[in-house]
Amino acid sequence: MEVFLEQLINGLTIGSFYALIALGYSMVYGILKLINFAHGDFFALGSYIGYTVLVFGSAFITSHFGLWGGMIAAMLVAAFCVAFVGVVVERAAYRPIYPAGRLPAVVSALGASIFIQNTIMVIWGPRYQAYPASLIPNIHIQLGNIHITLLQIVILVLSFFLLGILYWVIQKTTFGAAIRATALDKDTASLMGINFNRVIFFIFTLGPALGAMTGVMVGMYYRQISFTMGWNYGLKAFTATILGGIGNLPGAMFGGLILGVLEMFGAAYISAAWKDVFVFLILILVLIFRPTGLFGEKVAEKV
Amino acid sequence: MKYSKTLNYNGFFGSRHSALIIVLGIFFIYPFIASNYYIDVAFFFGIYALLGLSLNIVLGEVGLFDLGHAGFYAIGAYTTAILNTKFGIPILILIPVSAVAAALFAYIVCSPIIHLRGDYLCIVTIGMGEIVRIALINNPFDLTGGPNGVFGIDFPSLGGPFVIDSSIEYYFLIWGVVGLSIVGLIRLQNSRIGRAWNCIREDEVAAGTSGINVRFYKLLAFVIGAALAGVAGNIYASKLMCVSPESFTFWESCLMFCIVLIGGMGSIPGVIIGAGFISLFPEIFRPFAMYRMLVFGTVMILMMMFRPGGAWPRKRGGVEFTSLLTRMREKDA
Repeated sequence: MEVFLEQLINGLTIGSFYALIALGYSMVYGILKLINFAHGDFFALGSYIGYTVLVFGSAFITSHFGLWGGMIAAMLVAAFCVAFVGVVVERAAYRPIYPAGRLPAVVSALGASIFIQNTIMVIWGPRYQAYPASLIPNIHIQLGNIHITLLQIVILVLSFFLLGILYWVIQKTTFGAAIRATALDKDTASLMGINFNRVIFFIFTLGPALGAMTGVMVGMYYRQISFTMGWNYGLKAFTATILGGIGNLPGAMFGGLILGVLEMFGAAYISAAWKDVFVFLILILVLIFRPTGLFGEKVAEKV
Repeated sequence: MKYSKTLNYNGFFGSRHSALIIVLGIFFIYPFIASNYYIDVAFFFGIYALLGLSLNIVLGEVGLFDLGHAGFYAIGAYTTAILNTKFGIPILILIPVSAVAAALFAYIVCSPIIHLRGDYLCIVTIGMGEIVRIALINNPFDLTGGPNGVFGIDFPSLGGPFVIDSSIEYYFLIWGVVGLSIVGLIRLQNSRIGRAWNCIREDEVAAGTSGINVRFYKLLAFVIGAALAGVAGNIYASKLMCVSPESFTFWESCLMFCIVLIGGMGSIPGVIIGAGFISLFPEIFRPFAMYRMLVFGTVMILMMMFRPGGAWPRKRGGVEFTSLLTRMREKDA
């Protein structure tokens, strides 16, 4: 039972990372029908920027904000910087290619991904970087027989808070309605007075910003970051997006959480080495029986 | 002008086959003037060309998104590696065996998922490729050697005294296989099967209603594509003399995807150009050192901006409806 609860908490933590990254994928996919391969690298870039803020601002942060304040500051700085990068990448690499169709855009996204990844490598070097241990709050908590760290709880609360805000923005606000309407039918939405360019601007600031904040949280959680980490997380988050039903934003959130929990249970009860195989097998099984994902709506074939 | 066809001679450089003759000439002269290093570069160009051609069948001809093609490549390479090191079967005999193994794997894996569409198929193939790679790392039945892979694979031979063991011979082996594949694929493109594939790519529902067995032809594309990738895996394994899981990552599948799209979907010369770009670019830009991948990413974006259809897009063959109409109008007039 203890193992079960601990793994559930671990799984929800990782799952909320996947969910936050998956939202960025799903928003872009919903609007542009583009698999944004560069999204995982936005996440990695955010992680590195957060690392830099923590390392170079360490004296200032600890004296003025305290440890938790430092964490929030790193997340906010990373979010702003990466949101800017996201908009630039959209303008430079995606916008000129929309008219050419979907597949050229995929290659362009891969090009952007290679570009960002290697920019990180050129700036921060090809080796692993470690988040400074002294700047990360390290308090253990014991509930019955379950060991967790305070950081884990904070990360969990923070990610669910962010997911909640996103859910509210997308489901309840006018702007969220605009996003959903554009995802459904771009042309009709723009005829109804929705500014397509503003929607794109919004998703390319929000998605990368969320990814960057996740990057800082992952850096704090695992302590170690590398310039290629965007690929692994990006792949998992993309899997989560499909699992939940592509373009369906609440679906992407649940897909991410389910994926994280499955992965942790697979690691605990089956084998740590085979956990990814387990995750992909579940995904394939789900898609065999529900070809449009868990929460995806059945799309009628256009003839 | 009854004899216009024979009279209309534009000299060597204007004739239809001149380009082909020049390319073949360069191909045969190149290995005798280049250093061993550059012959090896050309060898890997050949491997990527073969991989590009194999993915081109699935992605270019039928329009199925396959981002797990490295899985088939890995099956071919490991089949060769294991059968050669454990049982000492000569590499060249293993070429058809690897092809059949990869094809069989594709048939078994793709049968249940072939009904998926677009991006859902894409993620399942990604998952398939990752499952293969992780399985290889985890060393099932003590066959694959885990993360280190399998060592000590022989030079290609048929078991007799004839052994391929120099760079030049490898060069001719891979490009010979590529040449044969090109001939086969051109024949396939113009056949009933090729037309059925293109029809499915343009409109699956219409293809189904015209009596094309969509499921069968999609599976056929996967099986033939996987078989070619298996052959590439065989030659790759014998060239490197060892195989390890890190040669068959998701990144490798992405490179193949880029080869097809940069060259031009469904276009055989395009795929060769794409393979050349992917394999030669990092060599040419070696002086840029750590910036070369930055340049690589930028060039990929720029190519898609200026040539979204690829470097050498496929010409649409067959009877064009407009020309038919004009001909009918001419007849009426």
